[in-house]
Amino acid sequence: MSSRRLFSDELEQRLDEVLFASPSHRSAKNIADGLERLTRVQQELVLHWISVAAQTYAEIGYQVASLAPKALDRLDTAGFEAWVLAGLDAYDRKGGQLAMTLLRDLDGFCAAREHASAAARLAEVETRLSRFLQGLSGRPLALGAGQVAHTDTESVFLPAQLATLPSAADNRRLYKATAALLWAQTRYGTFGTAAIDVEATLARWVDRERALRWFAALEAVRLEAVIGAELPGLAAEMAALRGPWPEALGEAVLRLGRPDTAVSHSLTFLADCMAGEGEPPPLPHVGAIDLDAVLRVRAARIARESETVRRALSTLKGFGGRQGAGEDAPAVNVEGGKVEFSLDGELAALPPEAQAAAQSLLQDLGEVPPECLVPAGPGAWQPTERVVGEGGGENALTSHREPHRRYDEWDYRRRAYRRGWCHLFEVDLKPGDPDYVAKVSLRNTALIRQIRRRFEMLRGEDRLLGRQPEGEEVDIDALVEARADAASGAEPSARLFCRRIRNERSLAAMFMVDMSGSTQGWVNDAEREALVMLCEALETLGDAYAIYGFSGWTRTRCDIYPVKRFDEKYDATVRGRVAAIEAKDYTRMGVAIRHLTRLLDAQPARHKLLVSLSDGRPDDFGDEYRGHYGIEDTRRALQEAHERGVRSFCITIDRHGADYLQRLYGPARYAVLDDAKKLPLKVADLYRRLAT
Amino acid sequence: MSATQHAATPKLQSVEKEPYYQPIGGEIALFESAHRRRLPVLLKGPTGCGKTRFVEYMAWRLKRPLVTVACHDDLTTADLVGRYLIIGNETVWVDGPLTAAVRAGALCYLDEIVEARKDTTVVIHPLADARRILAVDKRGELVAAPDDFMLVVSYNPGYQSVLKEIKPSTRQRFVALEFDYPEAAVEAGIVATEGNVDAETARRLVKLGELTRNLKGAGLDEGASTRLLVHAAQLISDGVLPATACTAAVARALTDDPDMTGTLDDLVRAVF
Repeated sequence: MSSRRLFSDELEQRLDEVLFASPSHRSAKNIADGLERLTRVQQELVLHWISVAAQTYAEIGYQVASLAPKALDRLDTAGFEAWVLAGLDAYDRKGGQLAMTLLRDLDGFCAAREHASAAARLAEVETRLSRFLQGLSGRPLALGAGQVAHTDTESVFLPAQLATLPSAADNRRLYKATAALLWAQTRYGTFGTAAIDVEATLARWVDRERALRWFAALEAVRLEAVIGAELPGLAAEMAALRGPWPEALGEAVLRLGRPDTAVSHSLTFLADCMAGEGEPPPLPHVGAIDLDAVLRVRAARIARESETVRRALSTLKGFGGRQGAGEDAPAVNVEGGKVEFSLDGELAALPPEAQAAAQSLLQDLGEVPPECLVPAGPGAWQPTERVVGEGGGENALTSHREPHRRYDEWDYRRRAYRRGWCHLFEVDLKPGDPDYVAKVSLRNTALIRQIRRRFEMLRGEDRLLGRQPEGEEVDIDALVEARADAASGAEPSARLFCRRIRNERSLAAMFMVDMSGSTQGWVNDAEREALVMLCEALETLGDAYAIYGFSGWTRTRCDIYPVKRFDEKYDATVRGRVAAIEAKDYTRMGVAIRHLTRLLDAQPARHKLLVSLSDGRPDDFGDEYRGHYGIEDTRRALQEAHERGVRSFCITIDRHGADYLQRLYGPARYAVLDDAKKLPLKVADLYRRLAT
Repeated sequence: MSATQHAATPKLQSVEKEPYYQPIGGEIALFESAHRRRLPVLLKGPTGCGKTRFVEYMAWRLKRPLVTVACHDDLTTADLVGRYLIIGNETVWVDGPLTAAVRAGALCYLDEIVEARKDTTVVIHPLADARRILAVDKRGELVAAPDDFMLVVSYNPGYQSVLKEIKPSTRQRFVALEFDYPEAAVEAGIVATEGNVDAETARRLVKLGELTRNLKGAGLDEGASTRLLVHAAQLISDGVLPATACTAAVARALTDDPDMTGTLDDLVRAVF
């Protein structure tokens, strides 16, 4: 590249190329004029990112183009890229309007970026923090992003970014302290118990918001002392972060800074604070208290858990379940922080779920509510929960359903993932022709017999190794020889034993079958026949295997069709599903690979193999998945699988050579078949080569 | 070739000194009762909660020798029962640990029985029911167990793997004693005694144990066992800083995952 700057008319021409798809008819002239003064390196950088942005959304391309000179005055290359990426990310998550606002707010972005080196982001600490909370509480506390730090007793919400303190490490500690304090609110009764009604006390003040702010500050004082008794290290860390208590809280520290205080003490003292005019002093690690959310969530939980405990108790012998016997309610003992139920003087063991529910009730209420101890009617003892994604027939539009999982997708142009971009649904296949597998088997009897014979030879079986230095049995042949040797004066061998060697295959194989529209006809038939052969082979071999079909329609509906899960047997149901495999919509491969890798990862086998059967390049409706984007994403997904120890093998049916395959399957091995008819013959054979 | 009568029966060891054991419930009485009634015992519980120590203690209490076999997936029947060895010009029969224990009327403890191959465990079946005999196929011998002989096996139901399950035909021969980590106060006592630390340090170690056990299933396969806490205590009593001792003996011992290690470090710092 020459280092000469591009002139305005050259820039205009380049801009027209990258922005041509835009529906707006604005001239690129003004933009080109603005870019003219940049260096050539900067100009190329800007052109590159304009093109990336415009491919996502043309308006963002324009926005980036027109703001680029200003942005580059204030940001270095990395900063400029981060600015564009932040805009694109906002577009992915929240839509064009917000993306534009974010891009226009250059001041805000630069200010945030200056802080950024010192800021900690929730995304970075999330895993570690949520485990920390799980460790502290025993009751799962979800972590989520919120404007201000608060908890509703089931989730802890923290700001997406913290830059209060001067260094990133301090801000990460601040995250921990803030989260721990919120946990302590749920653990040490900030929101009241059956005996203490916080809501009623707070209702006394008209300025509820100010009362809540004071309450949060007072609880911070009290809880730190309470935490100090159990977790002195954590309390010390909190103390270091907040610095000395502000003077306004001096009295509070004296009255509440003891480990034996309860929320009632805070509430009593709150009246004194509210009598004055002042606001509570700000503390870095103290979030807000959202009492309404707490009460709503807590009421729902208490109802659910009471029901769980009640049902569990009623299934216990002699209580509710049987008439006449044991009409007394079970006795509850909550000493030492553990709930124990006893019936007629004998300790009763509850199922773990119910025990956990009782424990959780104890945390919320300080007791197990008496209504739990009243027998419930017969029935499943766990209250039925809403099943996610239920009722998603074929015509159900997925935008109304919550996906089972979301997966990131790799955008090669941004060199970054689009977070939670693909919505994955597991969809049940309607059983197909029950006789299909039998018919195929009948047609291919000879071939199947051959496959079985071949695979039987591979089956892991014990072997007896002779002439070993040690083993469980004497090798008579070797012994006779040794005796003869000894008798003839030669030195006898010391290898006189037999040892049994176990030949155990530890392999789990996942088959991923393309169910896109392009497989209609021959390819689909071939896929199904191939699966019949494969199942025969694998059943003979005894390897763990699973089969899933995949198809979809844009990123918001990536469907995975379980044909055979790992824990299912090759029975009539599975055979019916094999018959039901049919051509559906498009091939968004990346997300399917990511999901199946996840399933495969959970298998205990030592070796894991992912085999994909498809007919050509990845493709999806409408958006850019077709072409380079899809190839790069698929490649990335295969790479991720490889990193997780899953080896992948891709079988493609493609008549027209395969120039892109090398790139696509870079991290995996692959085979190309030019004719679908060969697939059934080949698949079992390829598997044999792979898995032995 | 002539085979001498079990020429090489291994010398069995008795437990001379009383091992430290803190009873948790009625397990001692139950075990003694099972011994009197000649019933085999199955000990269930997570790793490091005191199963092995309990068996040692009971061997001492009942004044029987103790034969311990750590089961592994290459353990064969011959490893348990015995085999012919060739020594000089003779094949010599050598009793395996199980046979030796039966002959001596000892306590035979098969630790982590699920680790052994399924076909191996079948050999204990006739020993573990009313017949109380051990078949030594290769010698064509049936060894009847004396009244004092007792079979004890242990396993950890926490392993979620389907491969590590005990067969019903095996498990239904045993009286099962369930072990778990003791209550906080009792566990603190154990840690203090075994680790030779003061009560406050022991209490904090137990707190740490409790926090890590909350993470079971959320990134950890198992929380810290009493044994790990004792290790940490021993390091502390030897002068290692508490946080360092816990990091080495607990956090690093539980996981290799960097994220999880970070979390455990946070927990250690929260307690100390």
